[in-house]
Parts: sequence; C-alpha cells; structure tokens
Amino acid sequence: MNVTALTEAPGQGRAVPRMLIALAFVLTAIFVVAPLVFIFWRAFAEGWATYIGNITDPLTLHAIALTALVAVIVVPINIAFGIAAAWAIARFRFPGRKLLMTMIEIPFSISPIIAGICYLLLYGRQGLLGPWLAAHDLKVMFALPGILLVTMFVTAPFVAREVLPLMQAQGSEQEEAAVTLGARGWQVFSRVTLPNIRWALLYGAVLCTARAVGEFGGVSVVSGSIRGQTNTLPLQIELMFNDLNTTGAFAAASTLTVIAMVVLVVKAALESRR
Amino acid sequence: MTAAAPIRAKRVLPGFSLSLGTTLLYVALIILIPVIALILKGAQIGPSQFWSIVTSPRTLSALRVTVTAAALATLFNAFYGLLMAWVLTRYDFPGKRILDALMDVPFALPTAVAGISLTALYSANGWFGAPLSGTGVEIVYTLAGVTLAMAFTSTPFVVRAIQPVLEDLDPTLEQAAMTLGARPFAIFRRVVLPAILPAWLAGSTVAFARSLGEFGAVVFIAGNLPFKTEIAALLAYIRLEEYDYQGAAAIALVLLGFALILLILSNWLQFRAARHLEARP
Repeated sequence: MNVTALTEAPGQGRAVPRMLIALAFVLTAIFVVAPLVFIFWRAFAEGWATYIGNITDPLTLHAIALTALVAVIVVPINIAFGIAAAWAIARFRFPGRKLLMTMIEIPFSISPIIAGICYLLLYGRQGLLGPWLAAHDLKVMFALPGILLVTMFVTAPFVAREVLPLMQAQGSEQEEAAVTLGARGWQVFSRVTLPNIRWALLYGAVLCTARAVGEFGGVSVVSGSIRGQTNTLPLQIELMFNDLNTTGAFAAASTLTVIAMVVLVVKAALESRR
Repeated sequence: MTAAAPIRAKRVLPGFSLSLGTTLLYVALIILIPVIALILKGAQIGPSQFWSIVTSPRTLSALRVTVTAAALATLFNAFYGLLMAWVLTRYDFPGKRILDALMDVPFALPTAVAGISLTALYSANGWFGAPLSGTGVEIVYTLAGVTLAMAFTSTPFVVRAIQPVLEDLDPTLEQAAMTLGARPFAIFRRVVLPAILPAWLAGSTVAFARSLGEFGAVVFIAGNLPFKTEIAALLAYIRLEEYDYQGAAAIALVLLGFALILLILSNWLQFRAARHLEARP
C-alpha cells in the first residue's frame, strides 16, 4: 500500500523501518511479554500438584467465589446503565448533555484509592451517613455492599464508552422508521437497536468483567480485608504475596491472567468483525 | 433559543425520561455523591489544618515521589507509544497483529497481578533482577521500580491515542515533502508532528493522570519506605488505617484536584485532536 510507496521511495532505504520494527519487538518483549509469561512460569514453578493445591486452598476458593459474585452483580447493572446512558445521550438533545458525558468518564481519571476513600467518608463510621447507618444497623463498609459500590464506581464507564460512540455513528433513522411503522419502545430496542450494537455491547461487558474481577485499590480500602470473608481474589493475592507464599500468589494470579488473555482474544475477534 | 425545542423535535423516539432518569440516578448515587462526600469532608478540615497536612514533610515527599515517577513513566510512554503507533500504522510485517494485541495487556491485566509479577521479575533472583543486581542497578524498592510499575499500567494510552490520527494522516503529504527534497526527520517534524501533537499530548496527559493514581502495581515494587518510595495514594491509605480521616481526606483531595485538572486538559486536547481529524475530507 502507501507503506511500500513510502519505504521504497528514492533516498530512503529499508534500514530505518527494519530498525524501528526490531526495536518495537524488543521493547515489547521486555516490557510487556516478560511480566505476562513470568506469571505462569512462577505459578507452575513447583509443578502441577502444588498448583492445584494452591488453587483449591479454601481461602483462595472463597476469594474466587466472592470475586465471581461481585462480577455477576456488577456487570449486569453496568450493562443496563451503559445502555440507558448511551440511549439518552446519543438519541436526544438536552441541556447538560456534554457535562453528563464528562461525569460518566470521571472514574477513569480518579485513582481507585480515592474512590475507596470517597465511599469510606460517605458510608464509614466517621462518614456523613455513618451515624444514620449505625442507628439502623446497616453495614456497608467492610462488607459486600461496599465492595459492590466501589466496583460499580470503577467500572461505570466501560459499557457506556463502547456503546455510545457506535450509537452516535449509526444515527437514529432505523429506529425512527420502526417507530413510524408502529413499533413500541421495547420492540424498537430489541429488534433494531440491540442487534446493531451487540458487538460493542459484548466488548464493553467483557472489559467491565475483567476490571470488576481485577479491581484492587478501591476494594482494598472498603473491604477491610477480612480473611475468608471480604477478601476478593486480588486481595487474596496480596495477602499470600506478603506472607511470602509467592507460588500461591502467582497461582491465584494466573487465574486472573487467563481472564485478561480471554479479553485480548475477544477484542481481536470483535475487531476483525467490524 | 429555548432549550426545550430541540428535545421536542427529537422526541420521535421513546424512552427519553426513562433512560435519562436511570442515567442521572446512577451517576448521582455511584459517582457524584461519593466525590461530594470527600469534598465536604475536606471542607470541614479548615484551611490552616489542610495546609499543615499537605505541607508536612512526609506528604510533600510522597507527592514528590508520585509526581517524579509519574513524569518519568509518562516520558517513557510518550516515546515508546509513539514508536509503537508509528510501527503499527506505517509498516507491514509478520506478527503485527500480535504486537498490536499485546498493547492492551496492561489494560486487561489486573494491577495487583502486574505488581507482583514486576516485583518478582526484577527482584534479586528474578529473570531481570539477577543480571541487573550484578551491575549494581536496583529496581525493586527504589524510585526506578515505582516508575516501572507506573509505566507498565499506563502504556496503552499514548499508543491508542496516536494510532487513529496516524492512520488518517494522508501519506501523499509526506510523499510531496519527500519529492521536494525534505529529509525524513524534517518530514516528521514539519508534516507528521503537527498533525499528531494534540493526540500525543492528550494520550500522555491521560497516562500521567493514571500514573499519579496508580496503586496496585506500585505498592508491591515500591517497598513503601516513607520519605523514599512512599507514594501519595499509599500515604492516604495509611492515614485511613490510622483512623486519621482528616489526613486521608486532605491528601485524597489534592490527588482529586490533580485528576480533575488533567481530565479537563485531556478532554480539551482530545477535542482539538478530533477537530483536526474532521477538518480532513
């Protein structure tokens, strides 16, 4: 293509492109691939039997179950929110529309640690709602509700950010045609909108799942890290790593790494569809 | 110019109040009210108390470590990201799609997993740590380690910001410059750089913001030595564990301020980058 035209133009040899490509490969191998491969190498360093033993440790199994529970609750809520936000912002004009878009992006730029502190200052014992919650015997912090809320905060933009630009680019003609032909709201959505956005929606949901499963900073502030109770998988990894059970930590980490690699494969598959 | 008119004109489609109501409720409950809680808590501290927390030697040192390491990490990614974006958009070679997919690893990999992997990899008996310790270079428990962890987690931002702009940039401009006798570096500086600059800066700004707030990858490799490798996010966390809610809130507010300023800056730069793309037919 144009690339060949450029590189074969007079006065410029092929040496520079080759050098840049080689440099890109070497840097990526050291910087990105090595840490990825190292996780599996360390996880299996003491053989399969130890690996299985590490994964089936009761505390690790509990952490896996808790992490899965958090994802199962948070991801559908964020899918619903992402679709609602995309529908409102892409299909209607209203004052404050751009401001709303910026607000949805806030969790991307705020450190998860700060998100955790925000929630603690709202629902914690010293927080604004703390006395009221204590009077009604409700426990949000250092319990499942706190973990769910913080995870929702950090993953809120994922689905909306994938679906919104696509809906804007597609325009609303098809949906308007369906309405004029007499379709009702949910019919328009399930027959016209949903098929059009399904791949972006799937990709957003996969990203949201990966992030929900891997969230560390925010959850470590609000969970209280109670062994076997509020320890999610990333917190369990930290616990084992600090207990100098490095092989156990890497075994637990390898499960999250597999999820990350599934995300990459899904992304590549969806991009070739577009 | 009434605000209501364009809404009514668009109201062929149903579901406006339902979708907007859901969105506003969720944004308020999950994003806005918690952030406002932090700001209210910060307002209770009082200016002199706030100032003394923020300018205490330990806080200042943590902020210095955070900003220095984040700046170094961003500098690395600005050049590594530019190289990757250039190679991925301009050349065809075997393994290109894999290289492209690998750029997303830091997004997909949980930060705590990245943190323990980098720590073990660069520790004295790790693959990279062992040969490095022979030369006297220490990564783990130093500023270099903090920088490395921040650089890893923020890598994709620069690449993914420049890629679409480079793909869209018409190569005939470069060919025209070449036929006029310009040398490669001059072409890059005069033709390519002005086109990609807003996107390059926007990506670097987001990478910098992300590095300032990074926690999971950093805590493992930093060793968290006060006055040496302790980052601001960790100091806020430590203050919480000491039940010093004012101290935690004050440091968190400073980081929140940084994050919001960088968010506005990167949005403005992205807007400029988008306008540059739209200006082309």
